[in-house]
Amino acid sequence: MDLSEINFAVLVASLIVASTPLVLAALGELIVEKSGVLNLGVEGMMIIGAVTGFIVGVETGSAYIGMMAAAMAGALLSLLFAFIILIMQANQVASGLALTIFGLGIAALMGHPYTGIKSPQISTISVPFISEIPVLGTMFFQHDLIVYLSLISVLVIWYFLNRMRTGLILRSVGEDHDVAHSLGYRVVTIRFLAITFGGAMAGVGGGYLSLVRVPQWTEGMTAGAGWIALALVVFSGWRPFRLLIGAYIFGGITILQLNLQAIGVNINIALLSMAPYLATILALVVISMSRFRGNRGAPGCLGRSFVKIT
Amino acid sequence: MRQFMKYFSASFLFISMVITSSIAIAADYKVGFIYIGPPGDHGWNYQHDVGRKAVDEAFGDKVETVFQENVPESADAERVMTQMALSGADMIFATSFGYMEPVLNVAKKFPKVKFEHATGYMTADNVSTYSARFYEGRTVAGHIAGKMTKSNTIGYVASYPIPEVVRGINSAYLAAKKANPNVEFKVIWIFTWYDPAKEADAAKTLISQGADVILQHVDSSAIMTVAEEAGVYAFGQASDMSAFGPNAHLTAIINGWAPYYVKKVKQGMDGTWKGAEQTFDGIGAGMVIIGPLSDKIPDSVKKEAMEIRDGIASGTLHSFTGPINKQDGSPWLKAGETADMGTLLGMNFYVEGIEGDIPQ
Repeated sequence: MDLSEINFAVLVASLIVASTPLVLAALGELIVEKSGVLNLGVEGMMIIGAVTGFIVGVETGSAYIGMMAAAMAGALLSLLFAFIILIMQANQVASGLALTIFGLGIAALMGHPYTGIKSPQISTISVPFISEIPVLGTMFFQHDLIVYLSLISVLVIWYFLNRMRTGLILRSVGEDHDVAHSLGYRVVTIRFLAITFGGAMAGVGGGYLSLVRVPQWTEGMTAGAGWIALALVVFSGWRPFRLLIGAYIFGGITILQLNLQAIGVNINIALLSMAPYLATILALVVISMSRFRGNRGAPGCLGRSFVKIT
Repeated sequence: MRQFMKYFSASFLFISMVITSSIAIAADYKVGFIYIGPPGDHGWNYQHDVGRKAVDEAFGDKVETVFQENVPESADAERVMTQMALSGADMIFATSFGYMEPVLNVAKKFPKVKFEHATGYMTADNVSTYSARFYEGRTVAGHIAGKMTKSNTIGYVASYPIPEVVRGINSAYLAAKKANPNVEFKVIWIFTWYDPAKEADAAKTLISQGADVILQHVDSSAIMTVAEEAGVYAFGQASDMSAFGPNAHLTAIINGWAPYYVKKVKQGMDGTWKGAEQTFDGIGAGMVIIGPLSDKIPDSVKKEAMEIRDGIASGTLHSFTGPINKQDGSPWLKAGETADMGTLLGMNFYVEGIEGDIPQ
């Protein structure tokens, strides 16, 4: 065992890549939940994004067009969910689960002719000058566009939720839709928009998986990433920056596990694979125990259907 | 709503009828195949499907083959094989190690159906096993890897700690060490046969730790893609994978199941098939094929590799020829001695020189 064999700069760089799909999908879900909707279909939207992004990427030869298609596919699927729960007033939990199952199935069907094909490459963009900095440059400034985009999204979403009037309206709809409604805000429209945004983000997350991280299409390739994204939102207490840190911890454990193995450390792999989920459960317990935090960040109307009082 | 349900259940009934009727086959002799992943993986499953198609071609209308892909190594495998047997399959090829228990269970229920289980070690009156001496191919690959590495670090992405995989690591290591005494192996176990995301992560990790040649004992072509991007070398697993890494691909250890499948189906048809047989063929019988060698390999190394291949094929060379010590330094094979079948089939130790432990 020789810890010096692990290149920590590369380790951090690869954990960022591994975590990016999680960051994107979880940020989308964060906005959805802040508007008071619980969409358990993240996994389904991610995999639809993954397969559509891959197909379009292969057919057009451009990973960026593929990524855009992934966003649209995720958004389209989420519209179905939005219609069912907002217009038909169906149960959100059941509809979300159905969305996941539906997404996994249809993605397998769509992707069948595309297994074992190479995807177009996405180039990394080294930020001028600062990417030259040893260690830090390798860690943070030699990535592809989507990684930077995910980091910018964290900032933008934080700003949107905490510093902008529209963000406040979105939160008020999530906290108490009846009050928001009586103040004249269009609850259904706002939630529609939030759900669509969440779908697009999950789609991009999936597209990143099939176009950059692997890069290949395989049936069921999201392998539970959507569920981790959902857990991350709770783990973060509905805060964008904590969400980012959480995602990097999750991704980091996976990458660290591989690195430790390669230098010959005798570790229990099953235990390490379990660690992210254990951490989520622990975080949930800790969050629900801290009483002084009031409502713990969870939106008041999370998961409740909005019925217009006339 | 009721109207809708009526249509829905009617169409559901129709669809299920279509499905069952397509499974109920009409030819004289029916052969079923179950695959652990999709035949489109361009790896392990792809080659089994090549074998299946060879059966189709060899017997024409007399034999009908069916296959089921993505069958998990669990009770699902039992269900799928039971379904195949019930719809009239005369012979079933179960093409992954983890189908061992399910095969034995289903074989007990259908004594007239003949079962062929790949890479397993348990047989019954109507269950035979077959496996390839992949380790022979890994001796050739190991030699090339040892000659091609500049960092003297070779990465190895392994699936499950079963004898077949351990054998491959040992065989590749011994050959690489012989070709280049400074060589060092780094092994990552990912506990899956087919998960491109995990395979890619493992390969990236190995490369980040200095490996410039990657060997794999997992099924997808993701590692080849990663190697190509990173500018290092890799070997195709089960199938030729040069399409995924034209510069990275050194050669491939290709599984040649077609002759075996055709032979066994023929035996099944004319009644000479026997149960409780264990086939273990290698380069000599054509069950392991060394793919075309890349132009990146110097001619002298190409020549050596071909000599090793031909030596193994003719039996003058054995992948495990003593003196070889086990990892802990205790002697395993004396000088000139070669490994016996039993030890090979149950191999659960590293040879001397490999660092790290085999996970339990």
